[in-house]
Amino acid sequence: MATDESQNLPKVIVFIKPPVFTLLGEHYFHSPIFQFLKAYESPLPLHQFLTTHAHSIQAILSSGGAPVTADILDKLPSVRLVVTTSAGLNQIDLPACRLRGVAVANAADVYSADVADLAVGLLIDVLRKISCADRYVRQGLWVTKGDYPLGYKLGGKRVGIVGLGSIGFEVAKRLEAFGCHISYNSRKKKPYASYPFYSNVHELAANSDALVICCALTDQTRHMINKEVLLALGKEGVIVNIGRGAIIDEKEMVQCLVQEEIRGAGLDVFENEPDVPQELFAMDNVVLSPHRAVFTPESFKDLAELVVGNLEAFFLNKPLLSLFGDE
Amino acid sequence: MANQSEEQNQEQQQRPIVMVHRLPTFSFSFANRLKTHYHLFDPLDSPDLIDLHRDSVRAIFCVGPSPVTSELIARYPCLEIIVGSSAGVDHIDLRECRRRGIAVTNAGNAFSEAAAEYAVGLLIDALRRVSAGDRFVRAGLWPKAGEYPLGFKLGGKRVGIVGLGSIGSEVANRLAAFGCSIAYNSRKKKPSVPYPYYAKVCDLAVNSDVLVVCCALADETHHIINKDVMTALGKEGVIINVGRGKLVDEKELVQFLVRGEIGGAGLDVFENEPYVPKELFTMDNVVLSPHRAVLTQESFEAIQEVVVANLEAFFANKPLVSPVQNE
Repeated sequence: MATDESQNLPKVIVFIKPPVFTLLGEHYFHSPIFQFLKAYESPLPLHQFLTTHAHSIQAILSSGGAPVTADILDKLPSVRLVVTTSAGLNQIDLPACRLRGVAVANAADVYSADVADLAVGLLIDVLRKISCADRYVRQGLWVTKGDYPLGYKLGGKRVGIVGLGSIGFEVAKRLEAFGCHISYNSRKKKPYASYPFYSNVHELAANSDALVICCALTDQTRHMINKEVLLALGKEGVIVNIGRGAIIDEKEMVQCLVQEEIRGAGLDVFENEPDVPQELFAMDNVVLSPHRAVFTPESFKDLAELVVGNLEAFFLNKPLLSLFGDE
Repeated sequence: MANQSEEQNQEQQQRPIVMVHRLPTFSFSFANRLKTHYHLFDPLDSPDLIDLHRDSVRAIFCVGPSPVTSELIARYPCLEIIVGSSAGVDHIDLRECRRRGIAVTNAGNAFSEAAAEYAVGLLIDALRRVSAGDRFVRAGLWPKAGEYPLGFKLGGKRVGIVGLGSIGSEVANRLAAFGCSIAYNSRKKKPSVPYPYYAKVCDLAVNSDVLVVCCALADETHHIINKDVMTALGKEGVIINVGRGKLVDEKELVQFLVRGEIGGAGLDVFENEPYVPKELFTMDNVVLSPHRAVLTQESFEAIQEVVVANLEAFFANKPLVSPVQNE
């Protein structure tokens, strides 16, 4: 019977139900090689659950809402692998993993195209006021008030990409086709990129009409987009964030928008999701997105394949598909 | 001083006359620039001068889509050119112009990039539900995330461009950068174009996931997107229209959307603007836009240049910059 067989399969612990299990379907993650041990389906509190199962768990499936801390790693001494469903790794204590010889496999490039598409979509929307104009029509105002005000052309704008990783690179490629002029800031200059490089984000902002935040959230990038950077971006500047909310000093950004120190923003991420600063709800120069840049069925299927592929490779002693290596 | 303005007036009178034709609610911002070279005559401002100037008017500057009827054309026996400031020319009686040998110029490429980026913006919005997501957040619904339907991936989609003119080509260039595959339908195959050509729109639709309608409105293209084309496009198909409302059989489109027989739409134009079918107001897979695909600050500068260039060319007997082929 299926149940008896599965008791012999190696176990992968899952702390919370990954959004993708709900949005795509758990059956996409099924494998004959391993089974999931779902802590969220147990009545036991987590630390007890961990203690009970500690020695049988060799891998963790992590998603955004379930951090993998040094403490958890200590409680699971048999873990050799963490696989994430997210592109971001800010919920994983990477140094703790490295110290314990625990490999990390992330979602790699699976989401990059979709995230880049949404970044460009948000940028066009903010500049050309698509969502606003849609709201205007649905409210019946085209009939009563006439034409909706002008937007600003995307083509020809200087766009600064903050973080030229796989997502940033996909954003750059797309924006080039619109006639934008691309430059970037990254931890290090990228040898494969021919775009102008700025070693600090303040200078990038000063030379850009729009910033697109594509980098990871780390101690160095937390609140990297602060008041000075926003003021350098300027009154005609626009910011798009598809990285993590905390990369931007949200309070300052809201103030800059309120005081019209910047022209507008397109935001898929916020410091304290799902809370969005109230002031933004009244603004027409802001486009708000509920952290769904990765949410397409196609990406999720690719993700499922990658997650299963990584876990199967691990249990079969084969090379991981998307081992995260520190640059 | 009175003497100076009299001199200025006299100077004006010696310049070639350009009649400004506009609906009373329309205006344009570059009259002073035109006055440096031409004697501007606006019948709305000076109706008493119509008789005086009737036989001198060789050129009409048509502001926006102000209708140019056969009656108007008949009033000016020496008319040789109508310089338009719109991308479309369906507001001009082209048959009468052809009969009288009157040249017509349009906006040329002045608006093509703006229109193309807007079309791409509408497509990303329709597929990835950007406006719907923005509405969702503003309505305070995000805390209930997980209920929100996924968007769809843009990359890899087969895009059929209906009308590969200057706007259609710019759309193609941009969407290629997203990893879309491009095919097209046009009156005639374009020899230098690398994309597959379909002589019939239905065949294009069968082989497409998305149709982007960019062609001119003429007798042959009225309702070119009809019930058969929508059926051929299929349940997951998306239609983007930045051409003219009457290119699409709007009643049918609404029915297809209501019955879920088509995946979605992004519409900048409608059959009876500013009226938009009410059924569309509650749909999240539709993006509604009040006919503004070209309306950017930058477009206004660009159109000035095209109008001035066409007038200069005409009065210097040089080739027109953006003549409309009126066969």
